[in-house]
Amino acid sequence: MSFSKVRRIIVRFFIYVLLVCTAVTSIYPILWIMMSSFNPGTALYSTTLIPERFTLVHYRELFLEKDFGLWYINTLKIAFFTMILALVLVIFTAYALSQFRFRGRRMSLMAMLILQAFPGFMTMIAIYLLLLQMGLLDTHLGLILVYAGGAIPGGSWLVKGYFDGIPRSLPEAAKIDGASNATIFTKVMMPMSFPILTFVALSNFIAPWMDYILARLVLRSADKKTLAIGLYEMVSGRMNTEFTMFAAGAVMVAVPITILFIFLQRFMIQGLAEGASKM
Amino acid sequence: MGRHSKRAGALSILFMGLGQLYNRQIIKGCILAVAEALYIIMLLPYTLSCIKGLVTLGDTPQRMVNGKIIQGDHSIFMMVYGIIAIIVLFLFVVLYIINVRDAFKVGKNRDEKKKVNSYKDSLRNLSEKGFVYLLLTPAGVFTLFLTVVPLAFGVMIAFTNYSSPNHLPPRSLVDWVGFQNFINLFQIPSLGKTFAGIARWTLIWAFLSTFTTFFVGLVFAVIINANKIVLKKFWRSIFILPWAVPGFISILIMRNMFNGQFGPINKYLTSIGIGAVPWLAEPFWAQTTCILVNLWLGFPYYMAMMSGVLTGIPRDLYEAASIEGANARQQFFQITLPMVLFATAPLVINGFAYNFNNFTLIYLLTNGNPANNQYFYAGHTDILLSWLYKLTLEQNQYHMAAVVSIIIFVFITIISAFNYMRTRSFKEEDMVQ
Repeated sequence: MSFSKVRRIIVRFFIYVLLVCTAVTSIYPILWIMMSSFNPGTALYSTTLIPERFTLVHYRELFLEKDFGLWYINTLKIAFFTMILALVLVIFTAYALSQFRFRGRRMSLMAMLILQAFPGFMTMIAIYLLLLQMGLLDTHLGLILVYAGGAIPGGSWLVKGYFDGIPRSLPEAAKIDGASNATIFTKVMMPMSFPILTFVALSNFIAPWMDYILARLVLRSADKKTLAIGLYEMVSGRMNTEFTMFAAGAVMVAVPITILFIFLQRFMIQGLAEGASKM
Repeated sequence: MGRHSKRAGALSILFMGLGQLYNRQIIKGCILAVAEALYIIMLLPYTLSCIKGLVTLGDTPQRMVNGKIIQGDHSIFMMVYGIIAIIVLFLFVVLYIINVRDAFKVGKNRDEKKKVNSYKDSLRNLSEKGFVYLLLTPAGVFTLFLTVVPLAFGVMIAFTNYSSPNHLPPRSLVDWVGFQNFINLFQIPSLGKTFAGIARWTLIWAFLSTFTTFFVGLVFAVIINANKIVLKKFWRSIFILPWAVPGFISILIMRNMFNGQFGPINKYLTSIGIGAVPWLAEPFWAQTTCILVNLWLGFPYYMAMMSGVLTGIPRDLYEAASIEGANARQQFFQITLPMVLFATAPLVINGFAYNFNNFTLIYLLTNGNPANNQYFYAGHTDILLSWLYKLTLEQNQYHMAAVVSIIIFVFITIISAFNYMRTRSFKEEDMVQ
């Protein structure tokens, strides 16, 4: 065997070792939390990777001792209405910015670009006070409004880019045929921009499952809690005595969201790649 | 300039709608006149008192009379109302200006003996040109109330003494203090030290967390896309998992895995004889843990993104290079890296801005701890945004929080504006009115 051949084999060996190690690191925390949820004990201390015996008791406890079902329904409700509201707002805005030329357009685009860089809660004191004044504090509606409002700049920019890519001759031809703006939108633009609209809808649906801070700010009473708040409270204490219950809850949230996300990331990479190719 | 345009313009400056009436656009003129009358009667006194409140921030503090509490002025509510009143006034002024311009334009048409639009014509005109504004109204209202008003409010708070324990409504009043808070931030030693220390760590954190995820993502994208690696799809699906699991759950899982006393990582380290590492308890290790956890969470994003870029690089570039005699390393540094950097530069800058404000990771993982007793309500891993959170929600130091958020605001605006100005998609955007 020649020297270079040996070297190539050694390099490839190390590459595969690296891949395997990274794969283990990627999977281990996920596997660990799943196994933890089947552990009979309650505390982090007594948890082992391979449980002494498998039990589903923590999944039952979530519903009996905690209001897990209620949190799930709350989050689902907030996520659903955030998705609808954000989608409507984003479509209106993106359609206007993409298909019309009007005074103030450039300024609106610039404002959106800058605003989308800010995390929602930089303005949280004022949002808190405004919601309080409007009687929306500690209501799901208040939280939905905050989420949907936050989705406008980024989402509109994305969808506007997609609308821009649709040949202008299509809506113009429809207009000459006497189609109204509403018809042009539903019959021409909507079918052609289905992937990006799905993406915006799903990402707004997922966001409320992930958010802790705004939910914590707006929602106060126990019966309004979302999953993120409930799960955080289980492990924020010093002793972690509800750790296995947290693990069960984490699995029940992570499984559907992860599946949605894997479905979603194809759009995301495609969209970002298209966006990047335009830069 | 003709007679009609001047007169119509002057009349509509005098009172909204008069110019239109002069131009014999009766219905339009009446509507505008009624609008102004309504504003003056219904809203103007209230607007003025709100703006006065914004200037004074109230003068009657809460007091006790015969054991009963008599409510005084609530400075903060007065401030919010003042901002809203100014916005309403501004909208009214815009309407006024439109009204004057309209009267002037129609008058000019009359001077030039052109036809004056009937009410129906104007209405059709309005629905054609106004449709786009109608579409934008909902988003505009949301942005106004959830972004513009809060930002204005935040900026104003920085110039007041709104804070616990002595200036917290409704018990006591809040006053304007000018630039005092900004001066204090740099002159009061404990504050200045905290700000400098946290700002330094925030920058280090933002840089390292972006750099590590980018670099590791690049390495794995290159490895997986290399010709001779088998099971490409398998590796990619596994590596994408940390990105797919909801972030706050992974962070909470990590918080437990790195738990110093009971966490599995320290259990393994102890069992193989290395001994427990104070992952979250000591400043240096806590900061390292933050970066490690972020690496785990973040590298799949860059890997996925760069895989897309890599497959997009034309094959013939590499073929040409190998004909020229370039080896694998040269090909990587001369072709792959520049192409990837060029395509992902905006994403990297965005990533930096995102990590700069990555509150979720810091707060859920370490909560800013371990505590630093030389800092003003902050710990060793606190970034500016999590310090802001503590100042606001835990310590009620709203005035200092507002000062810090203005600094973050300016910094992030510069980064993101710079980023988007140089992207071609913005430059090529046809801005024709």
